[in-house]
Amino acid sequence: MPGDLTEAKPDGDGARRRSWLGRIASMPNDGIAKTLIVALLVALFGSVLVSGSAILLRPRIEANLEGERQRNLLEIVQRLPGIEQLFDRVEGAAVEAFVVDLATGEIDRSMLPEQLDSRAAAQDPSRSVAIPSDRDIAGIKRRSSHEVVYLLRSSGMLRLIVLPVRGQGYASTLYGYLGLAGDANTVVGLGFYQHGETPGLGGQVDSPEWRARWEGKMVLSPDGKLRIGVAKGAPTAANAPYEVDGLTGATFTSQGVNNLVRFWLGDDGFGPFLNRIRQQ
Amino acid sequence: MNDERIRTLMNPLINENAITVQILGLCIALAVTKTLATALVMSAAVMAVLVLSGSVISFIRHHIPRSIRLIVQLTIIASLVIVVDQVLRAYAFELSKQLSVFVGLIVTNCLIFSRAETFAMNNRVVLSALDGLGNGLGYGAILVMVGTVRELLGTGKLLGETVLLTTTEGGWFQPFTLMLLPPSAFFLIGLLIWGIRTWKTAQVEPREYLAAQPEEVR
Repeated sequence: MPGDLTEAKPDGDGARRRSWLGRIASMPNDGIAKTLIVALLVALFGSVLVSGSAILLRPRIEANLEGERQRNLLEIVQRLPGIEQLFDRVEGAAVEAFVVDLATGEIDRSMLPEQLDSRAAAQDPSRSVAIPSDRDIAGIKRRSSHEVVYLLRSSGMLRLIVLPVRGQGYASTLYGYLGLAGDANTVVGLGFYQHGETPGLGGQVDSPEWRARWEGKMVLSPDGKLRIGVAKGAPTAANAPYEVDGLTGATFTSQGVNNLVRFWLGDDGFGPFLNRIRQQ
Repeated sequence: MNDERIRTLMNPLINENAITVQILGLCIALAVTKTLATALVMSAAVMAVLVLSGSVISFIRHHIPRSIRLIVQLTIIASLVIVVDQVLRAYAFELSKQLSVFVGLIVTNCLIFSRAETFAMNNRVVLSALDGLGNGLGYGAILVMVGTVRELLGTGKLLGETVLLTTTEGGWFQPFTLMLLPPSAFFLIGLLIWGIRTWKTAQVEPREYLAAQPEEVR
């Protein structure tokens, strides 16, 4: 384009330029100097735009995510029958958060739940453990040595256990909560508050229909085997109490949910903690 | 507005529509048209990116070295898409969750690249902005049409409000579940293209070959 090698055509666009900008503008367009300067300026423009919007909008986005997390927790809690009267009576203090040492399954009262950020801790070698790859079915590589669980008691009885779960789906890591009844064996609800699965397919993991399928499923068979999961084939009478039907068109997401549920209910997850509850 | 501007704005609506004539940006059209709400938000996002990227690229078009012009365009488009994605996450959180990766994938939408490369690189800022707006409207119109049909026939609702009472809720309407799956958007867009070509016969290309007659084959 010979006509474009020199000064811009006076067509109104940015006709008045300050001198240094004018000098850059009048450089030959295909020279190395101009190529580098234009690349640099465009990169600068892009980074200012992106980082500016990220900084400006971060508080709102984080508030949205936090709201979503709490809605999810609340939704699982509200599944339990009679929960509303309970809240009225004890004025919101019914649900308590505890820090659990996953290895021993004991509640660690020396740590405050609000101070434990288990997602951050999972990245910190001093506060997390690596999971051997043959047992890492949820695909999370490391887990925090402690996790926050929510327990709800009424008149001395444990009524609800809410466990944070996460794991690899098809296109993203899924974050959610699994609610178990006081027997530590019956599912009350499973919900995901953050994921990046394909909308309409794997994205259905947080649809009310699929959430509802988990209600009432059993974790263990009477002989103590971990049976819960997503069914691989057609449901049979034998596995119906334990397995839910997968999502249509989302085999990998369904399998990911299967793996993460089984991981967190198993020995590397909350298994020791749940066993203690079952023995009590 | 003079003739040229009106033409720039109106042409992409039907005559040079990105989806039905150029067959560009179909990935998004298949993925986000399950409900009308997501189709509307995606149309607005694409439109915003088209107008802004067209304006910015047109503004600096005389100073973009040819050797790096695609990278420069891509950088500008990608930055704008990230900003749009962030805005959606902040102000339309529920919908942005449904759109998920597809907002980010606007970067790879051929429509936006083609407008930057063929139009914004050669035209003034105002005209480029109008071209972006026209193409955004044309793109959005198809998304909205497909989204309306898919949500209505797939669930009996529009924007989440019940229009046709489904049999499960005691009505007469049997939802057409295929409409909830991405292939249905293919069928609908195909039907649309057929309809538009029947109406605007100028869009039909001349035949590239003639079928051989039986006696010639022998």
